[in-house]
Amino acid sequence: MIRICILIIVLLLAGCKQSVWNDPYPASERDANTLYLSFVERPKHLDPAQSYSEDEIEILAQIYEPPLQYHYLKRPYTLIPATLTAMPKVIYLDATGRTLPDNARPEQIVQSVYELHVRPGIYYQPHPAFAQDKGGLPYYRGDRVREARSWNDFNHASTRELVAADYVYEIKRLASPQVNSPILGLMSGYIVGLKDYADMLEKQAQSLPEDAYLDLTRYPLAGAEVVDRYTYRIRLKGKYPQFMYWLAMPFFAPIAPEVDAFYHQPGMTERNFTLDWHPVGTGAYQLSVNDPNRQIRLIRNPWFHGEKYPNSGEPGDRAAGLLKDAGKPLPFIDTIVFNLEKETIPYWNKFLQGYYDLAAVNAESFDQAIRIDAKGHAQLSDAMRAQGMSLVSAVMPTISFVGFNMLDNVVGGYSERARDLRQAISIAVDYEEFIAIFQNGGGIPAQGPIPPGIFGYESGVAGMNPVVYRQINGKIKRRPIGDARRLLAEAGYPNGRDARTGAPLVLYYDNTFTGPNAKAYVDWMVNQFAKLNIQLVPRSTDYNRFQDKIRRGNAQIFVAGWNADYPDPENFLGLLYGPNSQVKNGGENQVNYKNARYDALYDQMKYLDNTPQRQMLINQMVDIARQDAPWMFGYFPRSFGLRQQWVSPGKLNVIANNTFKYRKLDPKLREQLRARWNRPVIWPMLALLGIAAIVLAAVAYAARRRDRKTAK
Amino acid sequence: MIRYLIRRLLYALPILFGVNLLTFLLFFIVNTPDDMARMHLGTKHVSAEAIAHWKIAHGYDKPLFYQPAAHGSSKLTDTVFFDKSLRMFALDFGQSDDGRNIAREIETRAGPSLEIALPVFVLGLLTNISFALLLVLFRATYLDRFGVMLAVALMSISGLFYIIAGQYFVAKLWRLVPISGYVNGLDSWRFVVLPVAVSIVAGIGGGSRWYRSIFLEEMGKDYVRTARAKGLSEWRILFRHVLQNGLIPILTGAVVVLPLLFMGSLLTESFFGIPGLGSYIIDAIQAQDFAIVRAMVFIGSVLYIVGLSLTDIAYSWADPRVRLS
Repeated sequence: MIRICILIIVLLLAGCKQSVWNDPYPASERDANTLYLSFVERPKHLDPAQSYSEDEIEILAQIYEPPLQYHYLKRPYTLIPATLTAMPKVIYLDATGRTLPDNARPEQIVQSVYELHVRPGIYYQPHPAFAQDKGGLPYYRGDRVREARSWNDFNHASTRELVAADYVYEIKRLASPQVNSPILGLMSGYIVGLKDYADMLEKQAQSLPEDAYLDLTRYPLAGAEVVDRYTYRIRLKGKYPQFMYWLAMPFFAPIAPEVDAFYHQPGMTERNFTLDWHPVGTGAYQLSVNDPNRQIRLIRNPWFHGEKYPNSGEPGDRAAGLLKDAGKPLPFIDTIVFNLEKETIPYWNKFLQGYYDLAAVNAESFDQAIRIDAKGHAQLSDAMRAQGMSLVSAVMPTISFVGFNMLDNVVGGYSERARDLRQAISIAVDYEEFIAIFQNGGGIPAQGPIPPGIFGYESGVAGMNPVVYRQINGKIKRRPIGDARRLLAEAGYPNGRDARTGAPLVLYYDNTFTGPNAKAYVDWMVNQFAKLNIQLVPRSTDYNRFQDKIRRGNAQIFVAGWNADYPDPENFLGLLYGPNSQVKNGGENQVNYKNARYDALYDQMKYLDNTPQRQMLINQMVDIARQDAPWMFGYFPRSFGLRQQWVSPGKLNVIANNTFKYRKLDPKLREQLRARWNRPVIWPMLALLGIAAIVLAAVAYAARRRDRKTAK
Repeated sequence: MIRYLIRRLLYALPILFGVNLLTFLLFFIVNTPDDMARMHLGTKHVSAEAIAHWKIAHGYDKPLFYQPAAHGSSKLTDTVFFDKSLRMFALDFGQSDDGRNIAREIETRAGPSLEIALPVFVLGLLTNISFALLLVLFRATYLDRFGVMLAVALMSISGLFYIIAGQYFVAKLWRLVPISGYVNGLDSWRFVVLPVAVSIVAGIGGGSRWYRSIFLEEMGKDYVRTARAKGLSEWRILFRHVLQNGLIPILTGAVVVLPLLFMGSLLTESFFGIPGLGSYIIDAIQAQDFAIVRAMVFIGSVLYIVGLSLTDIAYSWADPRVRLS
């Protein structure tokens, strides 16, 4: 026993010489040019035609390259070619197929034809589907596929050049019954023939055995055609300028047909060898490990096409050092590792120990990371400053709002009375207070539906919502509660009671709040309504029931939100567009708002470029929405993130997702600091062992003594 | 014995059917196939056609229990319940709703779960029994009272506290092991040592109190008095005779959980980032993935039945008076 104890102590002391014991990564990675990040939820899909989640796109955007991407530095967000030689050329056609001028009226345009030229010399990441035998046939077929037990058994990999047909193939996949793309319904309304194509593929798939390969190259699609090896065309119904933004999303990234065929060989799905699990694209990084229960690892694509760091940006970027690497080949980092971290406490502590390079600040870590100064600005806490960290924060292109169901008998409708009621409530619910209490000051009260950073948003007094706020000495202040009470009385509810019956006004608030703050959120909202003597009855429910109520129009007042798909005001203003009514047409207008003038302005605005004329139309639309108040506009949340000192300062880009290729880090500095921050402290463990040994010895002694004691 | 086991196996079939039916009912009371489709397709731009396609692709386009349009037995067999349940009895769990092979996932995740569960089970059992025997050795003394108080205090503290405290002191302040994470292979000990230690400490309170009461009951029996009269040391009486005779109730508690060790621990795995089976089912419930929920509940039931059968066999092994017939 004594010998074992001595051995343990010797081992522990020997271990003291090793600088770090708590490093979760292999020793071989210590000096590696690797970026360590985390993910909370395992990705459901890594197939670009299926994935429609922010967590997934962070990984997918590094692997796949849609034809367009956002400029890393320029603001407002600007689309540039990713794999194209130039921006797509758009040709408008009338009903007879004649070419129309660019400024043709939208109603004249029957078809928009996008012609895209793919840059020659772009190659796919190495993948077994591209490997060929001596006869030029796929290397992996038959027995070679059957014998593969793990992904590592596919040790022959090759590449091939990206061609226009790969992009067309992916557009066809959006319609495939084997894929179930979430945007099929939406794109069927725009891409010529996509709906019929989907119906035809459905019939074809029925005649095939389950999981058999449905070879889409055999079935032409009218709306997507290959012109030559590097050119393809997409035909849209009418005019849809926002389609350019869709061309920067992974839904339109290329898929090589032989890769799809490779994964549809017998027995592949049973072993989880699917495109959804092992994606392959032309992006800066390729997937090397996909163990979504633990880790996802991306490594540098050896065939990446030599994209360079941008030479220009916004004024001030050069001074901020953001153009220091201009013209250098991308990517800078060799490996990106995403580790699964479901719980915030270990995630945060590992970041503090230097085992994550970037971290989002959440509610649990906010007090440690950030302090709010006297002016209400977020500053880095002293402890974080001492560790050399930097704070990065940005208002997200997201709105969190409370909706009034316009089909509801009490809060809905377009009468003066209903409008006054909604306006009164909008004044009473104090979002400045909400942001201070629940968002740690992280967010700005919304004056309308368009978030900052998106064309159409106006800051300061020019963008003020005069229904809810007023200007005092150049500052925007929420209207006093007296104004809300007056409006409530005008609505027929003086002091929160129905003027005709004297009954108290009772409203219902649907929400899906869960977690420790749920009750606080709801109580806060009840108290806001209580300022007007309105009784608010919270109806907390699960997500499914909640969505069901919204779809059927059974909710009265409900919490909602929207995150930008792309940086265009159409994406937000469409949430109040009448034809998008959720109850009537299953659209995204959850409050079922319908205003003929708003709709008419929307129909004009959506076709325009970002010009003063468009801004004018947007202002008119926003004013209408403010007056009708179908939403309490809520707030635009601000996200906070921390960067370790060994990661280069990048420019925050809340729209683009493929930005890891622009980041740099200093692994040597990281290693030094990790070693300094993580020296093991062994004396408490030795003390505990010592105490345990003493207790055991005392117990043994007492037992022995008791045994030897003479009976009394 | 063999006849007994065959009979147990036959009893198991209706139990498994009942469990499967109950899981199916409970799941579909809360979720509809439309909800499941929406969960997988995302919240934006999802059309009715997309939902219909998803249901067809995943086999949820039929009625749940009864197909009025069919003829004969197809009225019952051409349903979601029949389609999804039958293959289960052949241990064919199929694919999860996001297209991944469930059997393969279970195979991959069982290893890390066992790496924690087995040491916790074995070392925990040894620790709890030893602690309980020590308390019994010093019964009716201050040491015993203090030990019982300590056990009650340990029992009263939430499991989460042990995890957070363990991570805070051992991994954060003393920096002796990684806070969370996992690697395959021999180096995994660095990641499992803390969760194992924490789980053992968290279980000492309840376990040792339970075993203490068993051993105290044994201490009052005639054979203990005889052993003392023979002049055997208290130490020898406890660790040799009382321990052996107290094995039956210990077996009841221990063997029944043995197969369930495969199922892992949700909280421990989640906090320590261990990619085991514990969190698999909870993730599946959150993602409304019925295929995984159904498979995991089925496996849990099978393992429970196996555990009970093993307990019966262990009884007959530990106590020759017990015969299986």
